[in-house]
Amino acid sequence: MEATDLYESARERIAKFINAKQFSENIFVRGTTEAINLVAYSWGLNNLGKGDEVLVSLMEHHSNIVPWEITSKLRGFTIKYAKVNPDGTLDYDDFESKLCSKTKIVCLSHVSNVTGVINDVKRIGKVAHDNGALMLVDGAQSVPHMKVDVQDLNIDFLAFSGHKMLGPTGIGVLYGKKEVLEKMPPFMGGGEMIKEVSINEGKGQCSVSWNELPWKFEAGTPNIAGAIGLGEAVRYLEGLGMDNVLNHEKDLTRYAVERLKECKKVTVYGPISFSNKLGIIPFGVDGLSSHDVALFFDNYGIMMRSGFHCAQPLHEFFKLQSSARASFYIYNTTQEVDRFMEILKEIEQL
Amino acid sequence: MPTVDDYVSRIEGTCGAESDVIVVFKYEKKDEAIANILKKATLKNTIAGIIFELTFQDASFRLYSNGKAIFRGIKNKEALMDLLSKLLL
Repeated sequence: MEATDLYESARERIAKFINAKQFSENIFVRGTTEAINLVAYSWGLNNLGKGDEVLVSLMEHHSNIVPWEITSKLRGFTIKYAKVNPDGTLDYDDFESKLCSKTKIVCLSHVSNVTGVINDVKRIGKVAHDNGALMLVDGAQSVPHMKVDVQDLNIDFLAFSGHKMLGPTGIGVLYGKKEVLEKMPPFMGGGEMIKEVSINEGKGQCSVSWNELPWKFEAGTPNIAGAIGLGEAVRYLEGLGMDNVLNHEKDLTRYAVERLKECKKVTVYGPISFSNKLGIIPFGVDGLSSHDVALFFDNYGIMMRSGFHCAQPLHEFFKLQSSARASFYIYNTTQEVDRFMEILKEIEQL
Repeated sequence: MPTVDDYVSRIEGTCGAESDVIVVFKYEKKDEAIANILKKATLKNTIAGIIFELTFQDASFRLYSNGKAIFRGIKNKEALMDLLSKLLL
């Protein structure tokens, strides 16, 4: 009983954190990837067919592309890709021009995991709804860093992960509007998602009914410890205040980008403006692979990502083989940015 | 008789179009692995005692003092294992 209470309390806390109307709109999943797959398979396979279109952007993480590519092969719908501008911001004109009556769902990252660009999902969501389409937002990079209000944004789905917001790995959330989730069939079968299973041997029939929301989508033994851990992470972030989290990261990013101008061999990718950007700085060093750069920093105990960051289409758009990515969160300091710069200047001497 | 597995913790393909391979040496064997490699490979350049640019036969690679190495242009896993066995054993 105690574990169940804590599990469901975590669900309620997280639902309030994103301002969901009801706790039942908050489904625990393994992470953002599973959340988007849940929508692609449960909603997509039952609502999309030939002649229909799914609209995504070129800046998406592979997790917001591949589930749609897989299900499009099964149902024959078309996927359209909206362009980005040379600075990595979304080309809103192209996006909106590709939205039409054939578009059934729009899938867009709230914040790019490569450039940190914040997309105006409220604006896109309104255009999507005006065209009769649903709006799915990949919130993996926004929910941990800024206030996200699903009612204010008026989005139909929001996916995010625990491990990017001080929580454990293997836990995440799919938020969905109740009226949308209720019409969707289960994603996986067995365990908690069942209400009743009855076999009539004489007739050779099995009747199955599903549990209510949110448990209809939580098959098998849930990740109880993970969900409780994520609930505690949310409690901690609430204590800090999401506006403070956002401002801290913006201050660090502004400081880092300003200091990066001291580097002659470093190219920073993405937008120059800070007004629509979070604490992610993708960059390259002349003559060096991003992996060399990351391993050099690794020698000093500084972790950074190198490669495509699971966003190959955006790198192809930038004509980059890969990029190094520095990113900040609440635990980083300006002193750490200074240390980062010291090492980067050593790298420039290579 | 030592084997490559005694030294190598894991092998990762890099994410990106460069298709390099990162070899991560076991923590407790990294110093020995680095010493063996430096004995056999030809040193082209060293940077701050942290990065060693090396060549061995037709391969060029970078060795890092934290126990990692990036190999470039390796055809397949068999070729990599053959190279590692010559460098480490």
